[in-house]
Amino acid sequence: MIKLVGILVVAVGFALRFNTLLVVMAAGIVTGLVAGMSFHEIMEQFGRFFVDNRYMTLPVVLIVPVVGLLERYGLQERAETLIRRARAATAGRVILLYTAVRQVSIALGVNIGGHPQMVRPLVAPMAEAAARQQAGALRTEGAAHAGHDELPEKTKEAIRAHASAGENIGNFFGEDVFIAVGAILLMKGFFDGLKIEVSVWAMALWGIPTALVAFAAMWWRTRVLDRRVAREVAEQAAVQRNEAKEDAR
Amino acid sequence: MNSVFSVELFYVIAGAVFASVAWRALRNPRQPRRWGSVIFWLLLAVIYLFGKALPPAAVGYGVLAMVALAALRQVEKPASEGASREERAVQAERLGEALFAPALLIPVTAVVGALLLSRIHFGEVWLLDKKQATLAALGIGGLIALGAGLRITGAKPAVPVAEGSRLLQAIGWALVLPQMLAALGGIFAQAGVGQVVAELVASALPTQYPFVAVAAYCVGMALFTMCMGNAFAAFPVITLGIGLPLIVQQHHGNVAIMAGIGMLSGYCGTLMTPMAANFNIVPAMLLELRDKNAVIRAQVPLALTILAANIAIMYLCVFRF
Repeated sequence: MIKLVGILVVAVGFALRFNTLLVVMAAGIVTGLVAGMSFHEIMEQFGRFFVDNRYMTLPVVLIVPVVGLLERYGLQERAETLIRRARAATAGRVILLYTAVRQVSIALGVNIGGHPQMVRPLVAPMAEAAARQQAGALRTEGAAHAGHDELPEKTKEAIRAHASAGENIGNFFGEDVFIAVGAILLMKGFFDGLKIEVSVWAMALWGIPTALVAFAAMWWRTRVLDRRVAREVAEQAAVQRNEAKEDAR
Repeated sequence: MNSVFSVELFYVIAGAVFASVAWRALRNPRQPRRWGSVIFWLLLAVIYLFGKALPPAAVGYGVLAMVALAALRQVEKPASEGASREERAVQAERLGEALFAPALLIPVTAVVGALLLSRIHFGEVWLLDKKQATLAALGIGGLIALGAGLRITGAKPAVPVAEGSRLLQAIGWALVLPQMLAALGGIFAQAGVGQVVAELVASALPTQYPFVAVAAYCVGMALFTMCMGNAFAAFPVITLGIGLPLIVQQHHGNVAIMAGIGMLSGYCGTLMTPMAANFNIVPAMLLELRDKNAVIRAQVPLALTILAANIAIMYLCVFRF
């Protein structure tokens, strides 16, 4: 039981909103100490795992220079222009379409997505542009005000968060359908170690029902998002109309 | 080791990127907490450049120093210094659709890398790192896209360095969170935390009912993944502790169905935990959200729905096929 003290440290640390790095390191040190390691040994472990897992930051570090460069030259603005031509686009539909592409492509073994390379430069700006277009349609003369061209901050945050969620859903619930992927190979290796015969094809096949459920759930959430965007944009437009009336007096 | 584009090569590039962040923090007159930020990024650069050559304990104490700097709020980003929206719109108008080409080169390279480049080898020397072919393809994609981007925009090489370092500073210390959590997971595993959790669950519930066994396994996978931040770490522990003894041995369930859906239940946990920082926290920082838990908040309804569906699917299928 005492070994669970690390989980307790994590839970309490997150609840009290301490710095996350500090919470994680403290939990590691406490768990190591109760398991009988010395402080020096724990530092050795942290160092070893940190170096072995350097690959985890590579997708971000190797991609941000080019994404930053393209954004500096208007990539996000261009993505918005593109979406303005698609009349039927809404934030939710843009995100759902990306989720579908992501899920199908990774199920075929092709990893084309990611937060730094797709969501930040393309998907999130397109979804925001679609929402802004919706907002523009609602605005009347009063909204011609300078500085009223933006979406409400909370709406923008919700759209970006859902774009990130779409990436994760597509990624997680598509990849297990492909047999050469890490998760399937890990399970195969685990059962091989126990001398239990399991077919990789069966494990991949039984990932399909959940993949369909995950996509349906995403469809539902993006519809909820679209309704929320419409509501918040309408509220903003109403406020702006009132302000415009005040100004006219 | 025996590859042209090995992951080690990309660690060196990443180390150089971190060193440039430290350099820019040192030279930027508007950099807040200058010395804390410089030391943080410099330590990170050293660990990436010389990681394998350094003694693990030295890296560990370096990481401890980085954590201390972050916890004392000595790692900060300068106030926004990007180009204005008008300026970007003018450039976007000038460059047109050509701007998409570099961005799309990254996924294209990933496809070509997976299908073609990963099979190329000259005798014993492979073109891509064999163990991390996807990552190597991504790195090459990043380099090709960078070259194309510089050509199309006509920007100086200093621009991507500056913009990349601005974005990395926006992410800040959260960038190393995934590695820290992997280290914590490793220490949890060595200390045997998983077995304790599995025994607790198995002894506290009436697992003679097949439905309870299935629910305990799926929820156990999700919960333990939330603690570890990683479904791969949870899978062996929960499968040995709950899945195999209860679902397979006691109730004669199908192993493949149990494992496949069990892993996906773990992913539901991944969607709900700040411990899975690279999927949930780093993107929130990357998209410059004020609430770093906003992505998790958006995912909780999805995760609970999918988890419930997983329990239903497993219960209906695992004892039948």
